[in-house]
Amino acid sequence: MAKRIDVSGLDAYYGKVHAVADVSLTIEPRSVTALIGPSGCGKSTFLRTLNRMHEVIPGARVSGKVRLDELDIYAPDVDPVDVRRTVGMVFQRPNPFPTMSIYDNVAAGLKLSGVRRKSVLDEAVERSLRSANLWVEVRSRLNKPGASLSGGQQQRLCIARAIAVEPDVLLMDEPCSALDPISTIAIEDLMVELKERYTIVIVTHNMQQAARVSDVTAFFTISAPGEPGRLVEADTTRKIFSNPAEKATEDYITGRFG
Amino acid sequence: MTTRTADRAFRLTTQAAAGVVLVVVLAIGAFLVNRAVPALRADTANFLTETSWFPDQAKPVFGIAALAFGTLVSSMLALLLAVPVAVGTALFVAHYAPRRLARLLGFLVDLLAAVPSVVYGLWGLYFLKTHVNDVAGWLDRHFGSVLTPLHSSTGTYGGSLFLAGIVLAIMILPIISAIVREVFLQVPRANIEAALALGATRWEAMRLAVLPYGRPGIVSASMLGLGRALGETIAVALLLSTSYDISWHITQPGGATFAANIALKFNEAGGTGRGALIASGLVLFVITLLVNGVARAVVRRPTL
Amino acid sequence: MRRRKLTNRVMGVLIAVTFVLALLPLFSVLWLTVKNGSKRFDAEFLTHSMKGIGATDAAGGAYHAIVGTLEQVGLATLMAVPLALLTAVYLVEYGGISRFAKIVSYVVDVMTGVPSIVAGLFVFAFWILALHQPFSGFAGALALTILMVPIVVRGCEEMLRLVPSELREASYALGIPRWKTILRIVLPTALPGLVTAIMLGVARITGETAPLLLTVFGADAINNDPFHGPQSGLPLFVFDQAARPNQVAVDRAWAGALTLILIVMALNVVARLAVRRRAAH
Repeated sequence: MAKRIDVSGLDAYYGKVHAVADVSLTIEPRSVTALIGPSGCGKSTFLRTLNRMHEVIPGARVSGKVRLDELDIYAPDVDPVDVRRTVGMVFQRPNPFPTMSIYDNVAAGLKLSGVRRKSVLDEAVERSLRSANLWVEVRSRLNKPGASLSGGQQQRLCIARAIAVEPDVLLMDEPCSALDPISTIAIEDLMVELKERYTIVIVTHNMQQAARVSDVTAFFTISAPGEPGRLVEADTTRKIFSNPAEKATEDYITGRFG
Repeated sequence: MTTRTADRAFRLTTQAAAGVVLVVVLAIGAFLVNRAVPALRADTANFLTETSWFPDQAKPVFGIAALAFGTLVSSMLALLLAVPVAVGTALFVAHYAPRRLARLLGFLVDLLAAVPSVVYGLWGLYFLKTHVNDVAGWLDRHFGSVLTPLHSSTGTYGGSLFLAGIVLAIMILPIISAIVREVFLQVPRANIEAALALGATRWEAMRLAVLPYGRPGIVSASMLGLGRALGETIAVALLLSTSYDISWHITQPGGATFAANIALKFNEAGGTGRGALIASGLVLFVITLLVNGVARAVVRRPTL
Repeated sequence: MRRRKLTNRVMGVLIAVTFVLALLPLFSVLWLTVKNGSKRFDAEFLTHSMKGIGATDAAGGAYHAIVGTLEQVGLATLMAVPLALLTAVYLVEYGGISRFAKIVSYVVDVMTGVPSIVAGLFVFAFWILALHQPFSGFAGALALTILMVPIVVRGCEEMLRLVPSELREASYALGIPRWKTILRIVLPTALPGLVTAIMLGVARITGETAPLLLTVFGADAINNDPFHGPQSGLPLFVFDQAARPNQVAVDRAWAGALTLILIVMALNVVARLAVRRRAAH
């Protein structure tokens, strides 16, 4: 079930470095929200606060509220492990488990949750690989290592791995930046399909990509080096790309800055 | 001298040095064989199956069966005890301990490898032995009737293969742990993050991303540790109450190993006796070469 | 889910426990060596030999053994360092992917696993039996050399590989020949690391007992000449005293162990700290 993400007054830090300041944003279910902005503006950090991956880095911490429908994911009694189980993530570089087969990669999350029945796993692996548009390419070699695939296929494998556990939200951190143009188009098409079922948040450097796939675009920037990143504005993608409210957004979009 | 000849001369010098290293290893084999053969010819027993060691009699009787047994049992016990602890320690230092402390903690574990083996022997003999005896006695009382190896038929525990195995485990632990730690540290962060993002707990992330990635390293490190345990001399020589028999009662005094036997018998050995010791040393050399050769083929080890 | 979290917690505790378990022996060994060793770690211990000391006399010391160890380790270092350094230079600078270099590299790896007693046996078989030389400190040094070479080769190799190839290329571009580049640029750049590698090698062989047993033989009196006649060495002294069945000898063994540990630990700490500091930069 796709869920709404409601962020209010969020700050993120790495040790003493203030990386993201005072972000409030509502992300609608069954849509693609793109986070754009210049390098170092905190958009990736912000993304990682949405499934509590931020705190994996030593010294990193977060203040503020992130609500997943009704659940405050930073409430003291909430385990980050449970949050990550419902908020899937795809990383910048494809990172299939190198020691596992294609099948085991996709089944990894389900096996963690205690699913052991072969028939259930088989069914889930096929369904996830089909959803990731990878099934046809790999169905004859499911027991080959995940690392034997091409970069684009590996990234789709990682998407299949993330959706196999049927998360509510799918976070994607520049999922196409390490891929060739054809693989990029394949992933973009996939995002459009997946948003029927999931809440998708994507960080991208590629403005054409944001324009092509997203329904809502949020623009982040930093005022000066060393300052924390801030959310400048968020609106429908059409509005952001045609008639943004802020001058900074317009400058960035038109390539005058960043 | 032109630049060209100078360059070639320097290159040849370095190459010659490398050649010397090769020659030394070959020479070790050659000279051991050369000195072992006359003693083996004089042996009136089967060198491989005989357990007793009387090489300096008029009719020399000696064989490596008891030595091989003691060496294997103590080394395997050491490996059994050391590998889980070493892997746990490596995991702790690489992925559990706070980053700031990790370096210092790794350094402490490395120091364990710096303690000379004679000091481990001394410590084992005058400190650990009494404690291990208590443990052995307890194990015997509770499990001795089920597990014969834990039962002492003499009712005493002293200088046993069990004690030797424990001290060997302590000695090889830092070697295994250091290599495994290096391998664990090389696990790409992305793999660990992928596991965490799937909703894995920290331990599950270790099981999904770190342990499988480190498996070849663990195997190779264990082999290197085994090689070290097989050849360890002085600590074992101080600890074992030598006896040349094959007994599965590993907690009772007795047992012998290749290396310790050489150290203990060398001074009193005559001509054939020394040849016999060299012959047993040759066997040890070949075994450790094989073990190390296989281990190196899997993973190359970091030195520091 | 609750079971998974419980497993996670239990494994976390277990892993921390293994770490504590691993360090217990270190602290126990160090503590007992200091405690038991300080009883006899006195001026007499450091300045007298065991000559003429009766079986139950509480007197005597390890001076002869300290002298022996310094000479044996010194000679071994003199022989091993040039050989190991040249071999490392060959492997890093010239060997490339040639077959010979690969074999040497593999043999060096395998050599680090040769049991120390086998090195002693080899020197005994070669130097003493075949060449009819006497037991001596030098024979011991030969055995220690065999043990030290592979350690130092590996260490130096690693350090030489850390020298950026841009540095070499810059030197070639200035028209400096390869051998001069190695001697004037590469080796000096890597020098601190090389020193560390050598110190670790020295620390490693200083504690070796087994090869000495078969080559220097052991002695109770001072023998300053490493080339003629049996000598003692610190590890050998500890081994010998530890195996004697009376308390005064055992006390001397602990004092010897303390001396040995002080030397070896100092070498290790200095060498490793130097490496860590550089690694931190």
